[in-house]
Order: sequence, then C-alpha cells, then structure tokens
Amino acid sequence: MNSFFARKFVIQGIIISIALLIIARLFYLQIIDDSYIHSANSNVMRKVVVYPARGVILDRTGQVLVQNEPVYDLMVTPREAKDIDTALLCQLIEIDKEGFIKRMDKARAHSPYRASIFEKQLSSRTYAHLQEYLYRFRGFYVQNRTVRSYPDSIAAQFLGYVNEVTEKDIERSNGFYRPGDYIGRSGVERSYEDLLRGKRGVKNLMVDALNRPKGVFMEGRYDTLAVSGEGLVSSLDKELQILGEKLMKNKLGSIVAIEPSTGEVLAYVSSPSYNPNDMVGRETGNNYMKLLNDESKPLFNRPIQASYPPGSVFKVVAALTAQQAGVIDENTTFFCPHGYSYGGGRGFMRCTHYHGATSLIRSIQVSCNTYYGYTYAKMIDSRGLSGPKAYDLWYEAISKFGIGHRLGIDLPGENAGLLYKSDHFTKSYRNDKWRSAFNISLSIGQGEMGVTPLQMANIMAIVANRGFYYRPHLIKAIGDKKIVKKEFTEKISAGVDAKYYTPVIEGLSRAVNMGEGTAFANRIAGLEMCGKTGTAQNPHGKDHAVFFAFAPRDNPKIAIAVFVENAGYGGVWAGPIASMMVEKYIKDTITMPKHIQDRIYNANFMPAPKVDPKKTELKKATDSTKSKKDTTKSVNRIAAITTRETIVHHSAVNRSHE
Amino acid sequence: MNNQKNSFFGKIDWLTISLWLALCLIGWFNIHAAVYDPENPGLFNMATNYGKQSMYIASALIIGITILIIDAKFFSSASPVIYAVVVLLLIAVLVIGRNVGGNQAWIPIGSFRLQPSEFGKLATCLLLANYLSSQSNKNPNMHTLAIGAGIVLFPVFLVMLQPDTGSALAFFSLIFVFYREGYVNNSLLIFGGLCIVLFVMALLVNAWILIGILAVLAGFFMWTFRKKRKHLINIGIIFAASAVFILSVDLVYNHVLQSHQRNRIDIILGKMDDPRGQGYNLNQSKIAIGSGQFWGKGYLQGTQTKYNFVPEQSTDFIFCTVGEEWGFVGSIFLIGIYLTLLLRIIHIAERQRSAFARIYAYGVASILFFHFFINIGMTIGIVPVIGIPLPFISYGGSSLWSFTILLFIMLKFDSNRKGVV
Repeated sequence: MNSFFARKFVIQGIIISIALLIIARLFYLQIIDDSYIHSANSNVMRKVVVYPARGVILDRTGQVLVQNEPVYDLMVTPREAKDIDTALLCQLIEIDKEGFIKRMDKARAHSPYRASIFEKQLSSRTYAHLQEYLYRFRGFYVQNRTVRSYPDSIAAQFLGYVNEVTEKDIERSNGFYRPGDYIGRSGVERSYEDLLRGKRGVKNLMVDALNRPKGVFMEGRYDTLAVSGEGLVSSLDKELQILGEKLMKNKLGSIVAIEPSTGEVLAYVSSPSYNPNDMVGRETGNNYMKLLNDESKPLFNRPIQASYPPGSVFKVVAALTAQQAGVIDENTTFFCPHGYSYGGGRGFMRCTHYHGATSLIRSIQVSCNTYYGYTYAKMIDSRGLSGPKAYDLWYEAISKFGIGHRLGIDLPGENAGLLYKSDHFTKSYRNDKWRSAFNISLSIGQGEMGVTPLQMANIMAIVANRGFYYRPHLIKAIGDKKIVKKEFTEKISAGVDAKYYTPVIEGLSRAVNMGEGTAFANRIAGLEMCGKTGTAQNPHGKDHAVFFAFAPRDNPKIAIAVFVENAGYGGVWAGPIASMMVEKYIKDTITMPKHIQDRIYNANFMPAPKVDPKKTELKKATDSTKSKKDTTKSVNRIAAITTRETIVHHSAVNRSHE
Repeated sequence: MNNQKNSFFGKIDWLTISLWLALCLIGWFNIHAAVYDPENPGLFNMATNYGKQSMYIASALIIGITILIIDAKFFSSASPVIYAVVVLLLIAVLVIGRNVGGNQAWIPIGSFRLQPSEFGKLATCLLLANYLSSQSNKNPNMHTLAIGAGIVLFPVFLVMLQPDTGSALAFFSLIFVFYREGYVNNSLLIFGGLCIVLFVMALLVNAWILIGILAVLAGFFMWTFRKKRKHLINIGIIFAASAVFILSVDLVYNHVLQSHQRNRIDIILGKMDDPRGQGYNLNQSKIAIGSGQFWGKGYLQGTQTKYNFVPEQSTDFIFCTVGEEWGFVGSIFLIGIYLTLLLRIIHIAERQRSAFARIYAYGVASILFFHFFINIGMTIGIVPVIGIPLPFISYGGSSLWSFTILLFIMLKFDSNRKGVV
C-alpha cells in the first residue's frame, strides 16, 4: 500500500467510463440507427429478376404456334463497374470502345445504382464465352430471359408480336412493367397480354465484396417465384393456316374460316404477311421499320380491319331479313328483265343476266340483282311507314347479322364495317321524304355499306347454323384448365327464324353444285358446299374477288370468306381458294386439278413496286381528298392501296352493279 | 508435496484464467466465422486462420503454464535482459524485417512471423516495474520520472521508425502506471484530458475562432476573479498556453502527420465523408456491427464479414464479426468480460505486497485497456483507425503469445504475492 492508493478509483472510473462510452455507441449503432441493416443488405444482396416464361400458344390440335427461346441480356450496375478490362469485354461481346462508352453512359443516365441492360439478347454462344470471364467484370451480370419463337413462321397478324415496353407503357401500368420488359403489341399477344405475360419473380442472391455470387439470401425468404404466363390454345388449325397462307402468297386479301358450331376461327390469313420471327431479336427495330414502310402494308390486319362492300353475301342477308319481315316468302317471284328500274323509271340497276321470272332460291343461286331491288323496295316502301322509319327496321334486322358492328373478336383494332343509320340519308336527302330509290344500291350490298372479311365469314356461320352464331374468337381455351371465356359461349341470335334459312341454303347449294350457279366451278366432289361468289366493287381499280361458303350443308363444319383484292371476278380466284380450304379442312385432301391449284399458287396480284420516294406525303394527300384528280399512274395505285385500309367504297357509284 | 501443490494452484487467480480462456475461445470462434468458407468448414484446418489460431491458443496455454512454473524472481531480475533482447529485436526488424502493409514490423522465422513490437510492451512493462519499484521507498521525483519515461520512450522511438504508429501509441497507455505511482498528479491528468479536448476542438474548428472563443472565456473568468491577482495571472497563462497549443496542433496536424493519418482522423471527426475510399474500412465496419442489431445474425451468418466486405476481419476488425453475428447482446457480453478482466487486474495489482508486482500489474491493465479501447473504438468509429489487435481475440500468434505472457507473468507474481520478489 502506498499513499496513492486512492488513485485506483480514478483509473477504475476511467476504464468503466470508456466501457460505458463504447456500450452507448454500440447501442446507437445496433439498436437506434437501423440504417446499417439496410446498408448491409444492399452490400450483400443482389436482386435478380426472374422473368417468367411467356405463355405458349398452341393450335387447336396441340401443335406449337409460339414458344420461347432463351436469350441472355448483359446487365450492368454502373457504380459497381470499376477497374474492369474494357478491351476484353468489348472483344467478348463484339463491340468497340465507343460502343462501350455509349452503353455505359446510357446505363449511368438510367441509374448509377440500379442495373440496366448493357447488351441485349446475347446468343447462347457469346454467353457461354463471356461466362468464363464474367467474374472479372465487377458490376456486370447476365440475366436470362426468353424471347418468342415461331416454329412455322405463320399467322403473324393473328398472333401479333411483342416488343420492349415504352416509357408510356410503364407509366400506364402503374409500375408493373419495368424498362426492358416485353409487352404484347398486336394480335393475340396484345389481347391476352394479361394472361400471357405471367408474373415476374425476384431472387435475392448474396454476393461477396468482389461481387461474386455466394448463395441465396436468407434461404430465399424474400424471393418470389416467377409465375409463367398461361398457355393458350388457339382455335387455329395449323395445317389449314399454312395452306391458306400459301394460297394467298403474292396476293392482297384475307381468308377467314370459322367453325360455325363454336365461333372458333380456324384460319386467319392476312396477306401480305410477314415472318413473325423477324419481330424478335436484335434486328427487330430494322425489320419493324421495313414492314412499316412496306406499301403493301403487311402490318395491316386485313381480316378485321379492311372493310369492303359486301356485294353478293348481302343478298343472303336481304333474303333472310325480308322473309322474317314478311315482305317476301319462299314462293315470291320477281321478273328480272336484265335489271331493276326504280324511281319511276328514272333509275336502272343492272343485273348480270336476263333472269326472267326469278324465285327466291334462284335469286340466290344466280345472284339476281333485280330480285333484291324489288325486295329492298318492299322493305322500305311497302310497310306503311315513312322511308326513314322503314329503313330503321331494316337497319335493325341487318345489324343482327353483325354488319356495321364489331363482333367482339379477341383481337385489338377490330373494324366495325359500315352501315349508316337513317339520319345519314335524311341529312343527305335534306328531308325525310326519301324512299328505297334513294339508296337502292344497299339492296345488293353495294354503295354505302362495308363488311370485314371476319363479318362475312360470320354471316356464313349464321347461315350454316340456321340463325345464330357464337362470337368469333381465336383462343378456344386458356391455361391448363382449358377455360373458355364466357362471352364466347353465348349463343347470339341473328333474329331470323330457322325455317327461313331453308330456301336460302338451297340457293347457296345450287350456286355451287348446279351448272347454272355462279360458283359451279368451285364445287367439291362428294361434299355439299353452300356458297357464292361475290365481287366487291373497287372504284380505284380492278374489283376484289370474293367467295363465301359453308360446308357441309348438314351439320356444317366450316364457314369461310375469301377476299382477293384486285383479282376481278370472285369465281375465278377466290372460289378455288375457298374450296381448297374447305376440302382440306373437312377431308384433309385436295382433289382440285393440279393446273388450277398451280394457277392459284402462282398468281400475283401484288401492286407493282413503286419507286416514288414521296409516297407517304402522296398517300396522305390522296387519303384526304379521294376525288382529287390523279396525275400519275403511281399515285393512282397508292390511292388504291390507301383507301383499302380505311373504310372504303361508300362513295361508290350507284349505277354499276354486278 | 501434495499439500504444497494444492497451495500453489490454490493461489492462482482462476477468475483471470477463466476470463483469459473465454477471450481466447471467443476469438477463435469469431476468426472462424470471419473467414468461414462453407466448402472448408473444419475448425482445425491448418490452412486457415482459425486452424492456426487453435494451434496458437494451445501453445499460449503451454507458455502460460510454463510461466506459472518458472520462479517469479526470474522475471524481475531478468527484466533488463529481456528489455535488451527486445530492443535488439526492434532494431533488427528495421534491418531484416519483412515489410507488410507499409510497416516493417515482422521478422520471418520459418513460416511464422515474429512481431517484436508486441513483445516490446511486455519488456517495457517489466523494466519499468523493475526500475520504479527500486525507487518506491523515495517520494516521486522528476529524476525518476525522466528515467522511467526514457524506458518507455526508447522502444516507442524504435517502433515509430517501422513506422507502426498504432503499436507505438500503446506504450503511452503506461501513463496510468506513472499516475498510480504518483509521478503524474491529478492536475496533470486533467491537463492531459484538456489537451485531448483542445486537440480535437482545434481540428474541428478554425484555430483563430477557437482562440477567440477561449479569449472570451478567459475574459469572463478574469472579470469574475478580478479581485484576485493570482487567479488573473493563472488564467492569463492558461489562455496563452492554450493558444500556443492550438496553433501548434494546426502545425503538427498539417505538417507532421502523414496524409493517411490525417484522413483517418478527418473521417472520425466527420470532416471527411468517403465511404468508398479512405472511409471504406470504417464504413463497412460500422455496417457490420450496426446490422447485427440486438440479437445478432447468428454464428456464421454474418454476411458482411463472411463475404469480405470488412477488411482485416480476422485481425484488427475482428470485433465486427462479434458485433454482426452476436449483436448488441454479444458485444456487451464481450465488453463485460474485458471490463471484468481489467477491474480484476487492478484488484490484483492493489493486493500485491511488492511494488514491482503492483506496478507491473498496472502496466498490464494499462496496455490491455488501451488495446481494448482503441481497437473497439476504431471499429465503431469513436477513435481513428489505428491498426492494433484486440487482445486474445484477434488472429495472430505474436499478439496472442505476448498478451498471454504479459498476463501470466502477472498471475505468477500474484500467486507468489505472500513471498518476497
């Protein structure tokens, strides 16, 4: 013991105070301030998005129409990318130094802390090569995802395409989409986007200080699984579709085939088409621009967006609605003197032939204009109503066949076609004293009326079903449970009793199967097809060839409409296509003579390629003023192309008919 | 014989030995966690730090037992020789030493590397105790203080040449020994404390502003004591001395300290924020400890340390592993062990009859305390980053052995406290 014994308390005091100081500091760090746990997690955690596989789309027989193919995106987190061998990386992914700097700047502009795509869709080969060296590139990692792949390169407009989301899409989706995600842009891909896209998952990986993956964070407690998109079974018959696309090669137009008993679309050809695989991969942008600038408009979805005057098919509707309205019956006969005169002899609507006394059945069989002139006159003028009032009734009956209304197919961008209400005519007549003579061309589906190929096929489905239809649709079942959308199981009546169909169907059958019929050349041996040729008037050039049919007569399996633009008379071009399609579908064989088949396959109705660089401007100009006097041949052709896309032909002539 | 043996072990302070063993084992487990590699999990794998540490602990135990068997007189009488040997080693390391991380601090002996500065503290402690105890019958005087300070400062000088600032600073902790023995009085301790406060203030605040503030304070006190001449003069002197001190701190800080040392101090003072560069170690260390929260992440679950975000994680920053995996609870437990050990050593020191044993024990307490405070303080950001190990916990043979020898010599003296040294 010495005199400074008490100093031990001072020393003890200092030691205890320091210990308390340390504890206080630890209390702050570990308990009060919880920013450190976040920092630790962000140090060690790498969120890796697990992209779901997009739903696969099958045809009705279970064959693949669209599937997925793996691709690899190289991702970079700019802030972490330091001290890397730029030259090696450039060499591995085949870019130059400027490209590297450009990509890096872009990524940095997006966010220095979050990963963004450095290089999109590396091939498996490049990826395999890069993977060996990846550990040397801090801040870089590879993200797998899948892209669409179309094994048969068919049904492009039907399936549509996907591409990267835009800023707008991201905004609209309330943050569901992130930059780099893909979204369905057209066709089934777009209309079933919600089902196909699936749900993104997140995998939380742990990395060490050198950014090397070290395992799963918290045993995957915060991971979410990616949920694959629902698979879809389309109603399409792949074989039929392939045949249709082959037949429509080098032609502008559409084929729509519907199974009448379900409303399922069996074939959906829009021609010209494009290879859907061109809309995938690194060249997408260029290919897309090429398609966009192609004057034959491969991106134009003709079966639902092109509208043509219905022509002959309308006679079927007219015959049905007039019977239902009671203005004619199956025994009604009109005399055809090579045309129908109206307005007290001031007007004359020509008929193709001198048909003489024509019955209802025969009127359909031979497509007699005169008969329907009389029928329309009876509908409008002889019901004890004013013109507009009678027209309203007519309008209502016609509407039930889907004319002038969207059918509600499961595709974006469906055109309603064209059917005016009475006030349109009252307005142009300047009072409501007009009568059937004012718009007599409607009697035979010409003039101010337009239907899409889909609507025309659907009318055939109604006739095949004797009075009703199901909404035409492309997707017959969704997911593993094969769910069918409710709106596609609803039976929709066309408002005409079944008995009235008998004479009409008889007429259609005779048209194909009897010598005098308009479509006799297209009959199929051993199969009673009911159908008719048609010609859609084209004031801008050669008429469009049309054929519509259903088969077999009893218990029909297929209803079809074929449009071949600028091909002239329907029986020559559209008819053989339709009968080949029908025979293929029902009998899985084609008995048509080889030379006729070849004639169809080899026919070319594509507009001659045009070299005028100012085409876009010209197009706009002709669009807005159709009556503008065309100065050159090329302009004329453009006009023909352009107007076809919009609702066409309602300014058409009243006096020139089939 | 039997009786004698019992009495021998009976006098050993088992509490200290338990605390020592506990710290060694905690160290071993945490080194294991810090460098854990799931593909190579064995605790005794000699290729890994924890495998080697198990060997070091075993040999430290043998060293400890050996010390307890050796006659206590040996350590007091041999202290000049030990001191001389260590000084020679400290000189030798400057010539033949291996340079690791900028410090010429290691002498390679086979696969093992000896760090003489670790043993320097031990030798200095022994010689200082030897010298001061020889003067204990006199009143403390300046002459004794000067020689005592010389004993401490000579190895400091040699260590600074390496340069290993951290280890050199540890010697200054022996000021507690001088204080306890009466060579440093209370006002000097307060003065020292004030110097540290002024030093920190001088770095944080512009020198002239600080002097202005002090001038205002001085004016206030002068006005308060305006009737007492003596106080006025004292206040004047204190003010003048403070002003000179502040200005010299500025000078030393900017011209004497090396830039990395300045940076470390700046980071602690919050003058510099550089989590990726100079502040990286500290930032990652704080993240590791802070993310441990109350209960910690669990053994081998600390991602910060396991995945090498914290540098020097098995040596200087070993406390990060404790903080991360065992949380606030585990940290307090460890601090509790240290606190108990330190207070126990002071208790042991005070029960010694011989001045040598007492002075030596205080030396042990001072050095352990300094390491404890600076090492943990560094990892949690209350003192600048100074690379010194956490006694018994940090990986490393030299440090474990030297601290063990330091502690066990004290235990030997204690077991022999009834006898005359």
